[in-house]
Amino acid sequence: MSEDDERQQCPPSDLEFVSNKARNCNATGSGSGHPELQSVYLDQVLENVLENVLHFLTSKRDRNAASLVCKSWYRVEALTRSELFIGNCYAVSPARATARFARVRALHLKGKPRFADFNLMPPDWGAHFNPWALAMAKAYPWLEKVNLKRMSVTDDDLATLAELFLGFKELVLVCCDGFGTSGLAIFVNKCRQLKVLDLIESEVSDDESDWISCFPEGESHLESLIFDCVECHINFEALERLVARSPLLKKLRLNRYVSIGQLYHLMIRAPQLTHLGTGSFSPSEIAGQGDQEPDYVNAFAACKSLVCLSGFREIIPDYLPAIYIVCANLTSLNFSYANITAEQLKPIISKCHKLQVFWVLDSICDEGLQAVAATCKELRELRVFPVDAREDSDGPVSEVGLQAISEGCRKLQSILYFCQRMTNTAVIAMSKNCPDLVVFRLCIMGRHRADHVTGEPMDDGFGAIVMNCKKLTRLAVSGLLTDKAFDYIGRHGKLVRTLSVAFSGDSDMALKYVLEGCPQLQKLEIRDSPFGDAALRSGLHHYYSMRFLWMSSCRLTRHGCQEIARAMPRLVVEVIRSADEEEMDDAVEILYMYRSLVGPRTDTPKFVTIL
Amino acid sequence: MEGRVAYENDLNLKATELRLGLPGTHEEQQAVSSRVGNNKRPNDESDDQNETAPPPKAQIVGWPPIRSYRKNNYQPKKTESDGGGIYIKLSMDGAPYLRKIDLKVYSGYPELLKAVENMFKFNIGEYSEREGYKGSDYAPTYEDKDGDWMLVGDVPWGMFITSCKRLRIMKGSEARGLGCGV
Repeated sequence: MSEDDERQQCPPSDLEFVSNKARNCNATGSGSGHPELQSVYLDQVLENVLENVLHFLTSKRDRNAASLVCKSWYRVEALTRSELFIGNCYAVSPARATARFARVRALHLKGKPRFADFNLMPPDWGAHFNPWALAMAKAYPWLEKVNLKRMSVTDDDLATLAELFLGFKELVLVCCDGFGTSGLAIFVNKCRQLKVLDLIESEVSDDESDWISCFPEGESHLESLIFDCVECHINFEALERLVARSPLLKKLRLNRYVSIGQLYHLMIRAPQLTHLGTGSFSPSEIAGQGDQEPDYVNAFAACKSLVCLSGFREIIPDYLPAIYIVCANLTSLNFSYANITAEQLKPIISKCHKLQVFWVLDSICDEGLQAVAATCKELRELRVFPVDAREDSDGPVSEVGLQAISEGCRKLQSILYFCQRMTNTAVIAMSKNCPDLVVFRLCIMGRHRADHVTGEPMDDGFGAIVMNCKKLTRLAVSGLLTDKAFDYIGRHGKLVRTLSVAFSGDSDMALKYVLEGCPQLQKLEIRDSPFGDAALRSGLHHYYSMRFLWMSSCRLTRHGCQEIARAMPRLVVEVIRSADEEEMDDAVEILYMYRSLVGPRTDTPKFVTIL
Repeated sequence: MEGRVAYENDLNLKATELRLGLPGTHEEQQAVSSRVGNNKRPNDESDDQNETAPPPKAQIVGWPPIRSYRKNNYQPKKTESDGGGIYIKLSMDGAPYLRKIDLKVYSGYPELLKAVENMFKFNIGEYSEREGYKGSDYAPTYEDKDGDWMLVGDVPWGMFITSCKRLRIMKGSEARGLGCGV
């Protein structure tokens, strides 16, 4: 929405033309004989028709385009937009959003910049959901869905959602924080129509509140309950009763405090599940010799609709054979918390012919990846995370695994790959074998690490990716990279919208190439790279088309950033320090800037200065 | 003669040297860690940095880019064939005798801390990466391979059990000192 809001002035010329035409055509209805009244009436009819037609437009891009046609279309589109997506909560204010769009049923908001996830800036930067919650309560009492990413949500906000929105149905919180189990307790208790509660990678504080018991009695409408990130014990008996009275439940992702024995009890009550997060996947205590183990194979066999499996938080590999029976139907498998070897993976992956999404730890080594490549011909998305996330650890996966995947999984669209060593050859091979790549994120964990076979920079590898993968929209680079790599990106990355750069480049030219060459660039995040004020200036023509620019530990100065702020009044230029630093020298530690219709925000913490 | 004294300097004299500071805190070759809060620095040889050397590998915040949630959640492999546990001494300030525990029995920090709380009948408080253990007079610390006393919970579990030599529950002012600003 924020992308085209500036372009609100549009020629009204079409409106008159349409009215004239309608009059001549002697269209529907009687209306009075008076020409002015008749034209007003016909305009109304046309707007009603438009309204009905626009209801079918769901994509936000289509809607943004439609709103630009003329004032009439702008108005009608604003009336009919029911899903409001705001990519940066500070680009627009709640007041403006509610003023333009009258009938919103679903709100999707994003807050903090992604690099905040890696402790690069102090917490409490902002992105508070509270002002939005209050504005929505007044403007959209019929609001049904809220989806937040990287926002700060308080227990009070959760209470607001549950109490002030009577028909509230879906809450999805991704990478959020600021709330706890007591907020959840109020929310689930008051939200009588709740269908979806998805807590994904969010930080939930343990207020020792038994929130699971707070779901109201009687049949529930729950379709999805995801709480694998909640790091506290839950009342299992209450959960079991809840699952038993939720006949529509399709997605259930448990946290690691649920043992495999408890999982069994839940699965036999919910064989209709399509998405299952297994919790710990280990017994709550070491099972004695004589203990009767439940028939886990049977439990999995009963779940005939299971397509997505995750969890395995504290896996005991001995129990893995229980899942063999569902492998053939799986489209998504998340082993990214399971420290398993290639040998333990093989019997499972060899059955996963339909797998499209696979997340895994590098403990499976190149050999494990070869096994994936051999079977998973339908693979669209692969993520390989490191068990040991340090720069100088041994890397169990390398270019060998990447090459194997590129040869076996030709339909690959998205890859995130952490490794310690890589070669240009393997990356080039992937660029040729996987032409459908839309997302390519390679993280060579050792900073400034060259191609370990040739000793060359990784420029050619990434160059091949932007040259050969014509659909590429998201790119993350790493390893030893000179300005040449960025020259390639500027020349060939014409569709790139998101670019992540760390410890790369030699000079300002690198950033210039990208800012001047990539017209679709929306989100640019850079850290620890030698780019200074001159490079920043080269993007002036483009910053209004971007959602944000993040630059930390680069070579920016305060007066360089000030220049940008002066030249671009609709840009909010934030200079962020670490919490205990005083405003001292001219050097800028973190620059975060973004376009906004409402000017500087009023909730900045002490460590943020808006230029 | 000179040579022998010099050789002895490296071993014997240092060991009997009187100085202030916790036992075991001396310069040593360190692998650089990328996690926040781990202040180990390279030793003397690599300290004489000059312009031609690559940028000093001091602690790097947020690199590699993995969310701390993920980092803290990886469990070590539960190797069934590995005979023998990892037994370490566990002491608590004020308690008359020590205990011995097998770190292999636990799959993560929560279990370990619960067990320790049960053993000595006290409350350990809530851990946060920034502030250590809140809400308690105690702080669980451990001595690592290098002889440094670290706050329990800062490093991934797998790293912890391979580097932990002994556990000590500190009490009172010493504990509070460790808790803030680490």
